[in-house]
Amino acid sequence: MTLEIFRIDDRLVHGQVVVGWGQPCSLGFLVLVDDEVARSEWEKELYRMGVPPEMEIVFESVEGAVARLAEYRADARAGMLLTGDIDTMTRLVAAAPDIHTVTVGGLHHKPGRVPRSRYVFLTPEEEARLLELAARGVTVVAQDVPQAAATPLAVMLRGEGPT
Amino acid sequence: MNESSRDIVAGHGTFAAGILSALEQIAGRADRFIAVSNADLEPGAIEALLRDTIATHRSRVIFTDLSAGSCTIAARRIQRDQPDLVVVTGVALPTILSYACGGDLLKSVERGRTALTMVEGTRDS
Repeated sequence: MTLEIFRIDDRLVHGQVVVGWGQPCSLGFLVLVDDEVARSEWEKELYRMGVPPEMEIVFESVEGAVARLAEYRADARAGMLLTGDIDTMTRLVAAAPDIHTVTVGGLHHKPGRVPRSRYVFLTPEEEARLLELAARGVTVVAQDVPQAAATPLAVMLRGEGPT
Repeated sequence: MNESSRDIVAGHGTFAAGILSALEQIAGRADRFIAVSNADLEPGAIEALLRDTIATHRSRVIFTDLSAGSCTIAARRIQRDQPDLVVVTGVALPTILSYACGGDLLKSVERGRTALTMVEGTRDS
């Protein structure tokens, strides 16, 4: 076991993460990477409230996550790293090139975004960022819950992902 | 519950609509609540929807399905500037039913807790 899943999800800590992935994958810890959340005790407490007692949550800025990534990888427990947007994950991957797979778990509707699957809505700029990640050699997939098949980026961008 | 206001049931998918459908069938009091779903909404939109619903219906209580859910997170954010708002998480029908039928909120929460039971069958030996 180690830090196994690198997930982009605009809802960060929520039911799919804590229960949907947490229980079947026996997640022992979450690393929430968000510069704003990492600076705010109130935000941290808000997310702590949603995590069950058997699961640890740690909060990191991008810089902090890069510095401690090896530590998280060495953890004997299964873990998930979460970012709320593509930009944060892109910054992390740029500084920590040994991240090989990124999962888009949920990016929901916002003005300017178009639907690419039931749970992935993207602006053209966000699509370009995901393609940049892929061009770096990162496998980018869309997968909301563990029981669902992972949809490759190309399939998702053609709008042929889960509906 | 104030008769002229409507409280909120919020959660994943059609959870809230389902709870209110059951409530209507049992007690005919679904009109005292508004159902809110987080389906397809990003966190800011969930919060905006809840804020708008609270303002429109003068809601005092938000019942949500999961303590880790995005509706709960949004409701807790709203509590920051609306401290009179009460958020009840992990809700199922018994709590809503008791509250809708005039129960005190704390007692309704307790009824929800005690209603959760596991019953195992007995085998003939």
